[in-house]
Amino acid sequence: MSRASRIIPLLLLLVIVVGMAWRLVKPADTAVPSQLVNRPVPAFVLDAALPSKPSLSSKDLATGEPRLLNIFASWCVPCVGEVAVLGELKRKGVKIDAIAVRDRPEAIAAFLARNGDPYERIGSDPQSNVQISLGSSGVPETFVVDGKGVIRHQYIGPLTAANIPGVIEQMKVLR
Amino acid sequence: MRWALLFLAAFALQPALADSDLPPAYWANRQLPNAQQEAQAQALMNELRCLVCQGQSIADSDAELAGDMRDLVRRRIAAGEKPNAIRGWLVQRYGTWISYKPTAEPAARPLWLAPLALLLIGAWLLRHRIKLKAKT
Repeated sequence: MSRASRIIPLLLLLVIVVGMAWRLVKPADTAVPSQLVNRPVPAFVLDAALPSKPSLSSKDLATGEPRLLNIFASWCVPCVGEVAVLGELKRKGVKIDAIAVRDRPEAIAAFLARNGDPYERIGSDPQSNVQISLGSSGVPETFVVDGKGVIRHQYIGPLTAANIPGVIEQMKVLR
Repeated sequence: MRWALLFLAAFALQPALADSDLPPAYWANRQLPNAQQEAQAQALMNELRCLVCQGQSIADSDAELAGDMRDLVRRRIAAGEKPNAIRGWLVQRYGTWISYKPTAEPAARPLWLAPLALLLIGAWLLRHRIKLKAKT
């Protein structure tokens, strides 16, 4: 073996160590985006999550004006912070519907009483069926749906105050 | 001792933060009565990736969403749907990411060619070795 080829294993080790260090410093993005962006919302009909609020079906999302569809749950911790942001969006005229994943009416009512209620309609998805058919992989997620019921954008993770101008802008563009 | 118990109790509390308190879906942890259908469902569930515990299949994962996906797979298999149709339905929603079964798309070609390339490299190295031995 020549002297030069002797350091090949060392170089390989270096490549592996550098690769691992890079991934430790900059972890890979684990979000799984829905493939349904720019496609119509799949047909669904959900029961009302609360007796006091209308239920949600895919038809309610094609009303001629853009809406937000928020996937949330009362047991989801980041949703507590997000619902305040949604409240701010509602005050600015954004229409918001929701799907409550694996939740109970009492728990949802308590969650909304404590944190504010920005929703027009809430559908109950007790076995994540509609969540899966939307290509959503967790809570919270938010879909921007245009007036024809076509999904235009997906936010994975909680919306924050920094998202408000962007969402308002999207609503204006889609109107 | 008391501290140790407290420490263990903290672990017991953890899942409560991340999960709902609804029971698992009916077919999440229950086998289909028809053994052939259950075998089909098992084979498919082993090839579907969990969205929560990425790197585990939905057959292995304890995540609630994985349970709901097992329920979905078993219900559809019981209704007579073909495993590949169910896989296709999920790929439409989550992309090829969701399936562990390698496809023939261009991005996966290195994967198919790697064994061939490794075999060739191995043969080349071996040839080198045999020649050296023959000389001595």
